[in-house]
Amino acid sequence: MPKVKPHRTSPSLDMTPMVDLAFLLVTFFMLTTKFAPEEAVVVDTPSSTSEIRLPESHVITIAVDKDKRVFFGVDDDAIKSDLLTQVGAKYGVSFTPSQIQAFKGVASSFGTPIEQLPALLNLDSEQRKNVKQTGIPADSVNNQFIEWVQTAQALSRKSAYGKPAYVAIKGDGNADVPTVKRVIKLMQDKNINRFNLITDLETKPVAGK
Amino acid sequence: MAEIQQSGDSGKGGKKRAKKMSTKIDMTPMVDLAFLLLTFFMLTTTFSKPTVMEVAMPVKPKPGEEQPPIKASNALTLLLGENNKLYYYDGLLDGTTKPELKLSNYGADGIRKVLLQHKSNPQLVVLIKPDDKAAYKNMVDILDEMNITETKKYALVDISKPDQELIKSSGL
Repeated sequence: MPKVKPHRTSPSLDMTPMVDLAFLLVTFFMLTTKFAPEEAVVVDTPSSTSEIRLPESHVITIAVDKDKRVFFGVDDDAIKSDLLTQVGAKYGVSFTPSQIQAFKGVASSFGTPIEQLPALLNLDSEQRKNVKQTGIPADSVNNQFIEWVQTAQALSRKSAYGKPAYVAIKGDGNADVPTVKRVIKLMQDKNINRFNLITDLETKPVAGK
Repeated sequence: MAEIQQSGDSGKGGKKRAKKMSTKIDMTPMVDLAFLLLTFFMLTTTFSKPTVMEVAMPVKPKPGEEQPPIKASNALTLLLGENNKLYYYDGLLDGTTKPELKLSNYGADGIRKVLLQHKSNPQLVVLIKPDDKAAYKNMVDILDEMNITETKKYALVDISKPDQELIKSSGL
């Protein structure tokens, strides 16, 4: 009597639909991804019930951390190099082409006085993370902060967007009010009156209970 | 593992057959790669954009331009103190009148009720005065309360010396 052979099904299965789906998703994520910009400072924003989203692009971010340091950031790649050379020229600081190139990675958030900026740009990105940045001077004596804002606004007016950028203030929940107010005051002096305060989302309670 | 079968050329003097290749390719490495990329992009994507609260500050008045004063009966002043304390009083503080300072909090039963009570006055103007020691979080919270209670007229004002003294003398 011959041995009964168990019916063997092939272990390989048709993976084509799965592969189709996987590549579809890969393509989707590749095209929609915008990498999170590197933040020079950790800011823990307070929460609010506002549901307005921050615009995708064309934003100037001003971060205030709990140690009263002020950080500045632009996201428009097109204006970054002009911004650096123009602000540098005002303070008599010149930059090499490689430093300008490095600035494109730093510009999303930095907090260094312009005099120390070339030294920061000479470092590579790993070393830069370990540098403790002191914040941009923002007071009546040494007001580099408003120079950055004004130059960035003037450049974005000329850029493809044709209008000044949104000003977003990203304050830490434990930041002190005088610093935030001083920053706002400085910009009000230059006729910038609309601000966006960056917050986390919180569910809206029902008013009128 | 590629399943490419070769039909052996076994026959002597048999017909020469064209080599038949199997159409099946092993897709496992490709799938591995695809899912690796998929995971990478999914994890690096910034999903949620942060939300923002829009604040429009008043335009600087031109020199010589007078701002109309607020009537005391329409004013509600909120003082944001240190350690998350919140005080409020009706009306304005000036040399002659000393309003009664009350303590409140940022919770739903605190300042929100006060604001809703005051909403019966359509002329109401809320003056928000954060103390120098108040946290930025308090300022955001109180602006948020304005949105929740739909209070339309409010202003961020610098705290004054008399206000600070009022907090101190009240002992709240």
